[in-house]
Amino acid sequence: MMSAPAQPIARPSTRRFAFWRAPMLESLPLRLSVLIICFLWTLPTAGLLVSSLRNPLLITKSGWWEGLLNLFGADQWTIGNYVQVVTSEGMGASFLNSLIVTVPSTVIPITIAAFAAYAFAWIPFPGRGFLFIIVVALLVVPLQMALIPILRSYAGASLYGTFVGIWLAHTAFGLPLAIFLLYNFISQLPRDLFESAAIDGASHFQTFIRVVVPLSVPALGAFTIFQFLWVWNDLLIALVFLGPGGDVRIMPTALFNMIGSRGGSWHLLTAGAFVTMVVPLLVFLLLQRAFVRGILAGSVKA
Amino acid sequence: MAFARMQGSGRSRLLPIAIVVGLLVAAGGVAVLLDPKGGQNLLASIYDLIGNAAGAEALRNGQGDQFIAKIVLAAIALLVGVGGIWLLFTGVSSLVELFPPKPRDRIMPWVFVVPALLLLGVYLVYPAVATVIRSFQDDNDAFTLANWSSLATGPFLEILRNNVIWLVAATSGSVGLGLLIAALFDRIRRESLAKVFVFAPQAISLVGATVIWSFVYAWQPASQPQFGLLNAIWTAFGGEPVPWGTLFPINIPAEIVIMIWLQAGFAMVVLSAAIKGVPVEVTEAARLDGASERQLYFQVIIPMIRGSIITVTTTIAIATLKIFDIVMSISGGRNHDDVVAVRMFTEMFQFFNDGRAAALATILFIAVLPVMILNLRNFRRQAAI
Repeated sequence: MMSAPAQPIARPSTRRFAFWRAPMLESLPLRLSVLIICFLWTLPTAGLLVSSLRNPLLITKSGWWEGLLNLFGADQWTIGNYVQVVTSEGMGASFLNSLIVTVPSTVIPITIAAFAAYAFAWIPFPGRGFLFIIVVALLVVPLQMALIPILRSYAGASLYGTFVGIWLAHTAFGLPLAIFLLYNFISQLPRDLFESAAIDGASHFQTFIRVVVPLSVPALGAFTIFQFLWVWNDLLIALVFLGPGGDVRIMPTALFNMIGSRGGSWHLLTAGAFVTMVVPLLVFLLLQRAFVRGILAGSVKA
Repeated sequence: MAFARMQGSGRSRLLPIAIVVGLLVAAGGVAVLLDPKGGQNLLASIYDLIGNAAGAEALRNGQGDQFIAKIVLAAIALLVGVGGIWLLFTGVSSLVELFPPKPRDRIMPWVFVVPALLLLGVYLVYPAVATVIRSFQDDNDAFTLANWSSLATGPFLEILRNNVIWLVAATSGSVGLGLLIAALFDRIRRESLAKVFVFAPQAISLVGATVIWSFVYAWQPASQPQFGLLNAIWTAFGGEPVPWGTLFPINIPAEIVIMIWLQAGFAMVVLSAAIKGVPVEVTEAARLDGASERQLYFQVIIPMIRGSIITVTTTIAIATLKIFDIVMSISGGRNHDDVVAVRMFTEMFQFFNDGRAAALATILFIAVLPVMILNLRNFRRQAAI
């Protein structure tokens, strides 16, 4: 894959950016260092994946790299670790719990935020500027500030340990960023759209459904992915509002408990960790562009 | 269908009924969800209806088709959680639309913003104020400074020191590495493929990442085979095996490495986009003036992407400040590696000392205050234009 040496130097039409990067482009040390970085970054995860598929008796007897050297050894590989983790360690039920927690905790805030962002951007009402300033101020407030009082009221309102309780918490904690991002997007839509909708006699609600939502799909999608991953991977809010055990345990909590109870059982820990990573990695690989947009969009999250 | 013919007026009469029915169903769903055994009880009632008394009995005793009960619950949760919120907005809006235009247009914006304002008020504004007040109260709500003065004692000074180490090392490590990788990857042909490898850790949970790295750090006595990658390499070079993840003081950098591994990809993506935004004319001019590649980077490109560097640094710094999952999973903060967010959790759930937990939370709040002020000032400036 050498860059063709016989070519004349200036080929601006095909490699527009090559010119300004020319001096070091694709030199051997550069390529080597890129390869090394990619290798180092992947190595820990690769070790986890390989180990999760190894015979439990072998995992602590030899390094996973030795397993790779002995690729066709008898009794080297098994999916038994995964079977045990999903069934007797309860990761299967936790997977369902994670879905129950994550999907509404993504849809509810984005719906509420979209309506609010539209109103903040395009419908004049008294106090609009002041209320939006509060939203901006709340962007970086650490959610730790909310835990103690809310936990107290949850105990009183028997919302502790319920899915509804954690939906509301995730919704509220996601709202400032969601409103802020969607406001930035929706307020940039052309004014003509709203004027002609008003002339056509469309109400605010109809304008929202027929004009704002279809045009805001990129922003809505980006935030959906960000919030989905954030909730799916969250440990703190789940530990505080759902508790460490019981029927409502989500996957990060389940994995966290396994570290405590099965600290030495690497065949279970590696398989368990990989089970929790499947959905986010799929989202990452399938929706890469939207994923990057989402992560970038969420970059101001507190 | 008969309905189709009487669309106009018929629809407006049917709609409220449909919405009321829908909201009642949603309320029933919420009731099931609030019941700790909601899924089992619902499925048991269904079993009773279809005459499967034995199955219903087993479910109520915590046996039988538990998994099916969970799936029933999941279906209800998704229906209520996703459908309910849309029903609420659609329902209330269409009711308001029955009003004459003038009051309608005055009420409608509030229909749109009140749910958000209510949640923000109840879940963020009020609790934040209450937490600050709580940090100055003892367990009988009397005024005290004890929560704060106790933070000046030994273990807490150690916690604050750890947070500062995290803040400096994890933030500068992530941003520095991200910048370096962005600059390197910018010059190869398969850039986007290479980026995938560094960026992928962003997708996974911090708990998962901690398990991944705990396996790298795994330790065995010297007589046993080292299956942890780091100790295998370390002993191959003649070192004694080291419990990297649990031995103070090496455990703190070992934990910080996990954070850098996760966050460098984020810094890389943002900074790489910024580097690509530097106009070709600028870099060309610098080259014509005889700037070396290194000078080009440090004296032209980095100053030009300063804004992006500041954004990335702030974002990672805020995330690092509140670091919880990594320390919690690796040791619970028991090996002199405790940090503010973990200690707050321990104070809440182990020592039941809400006052001190509130003071710890307030410390985090004070630490982000400058960012909040900066955000507000930026927003004011933009709004003014």
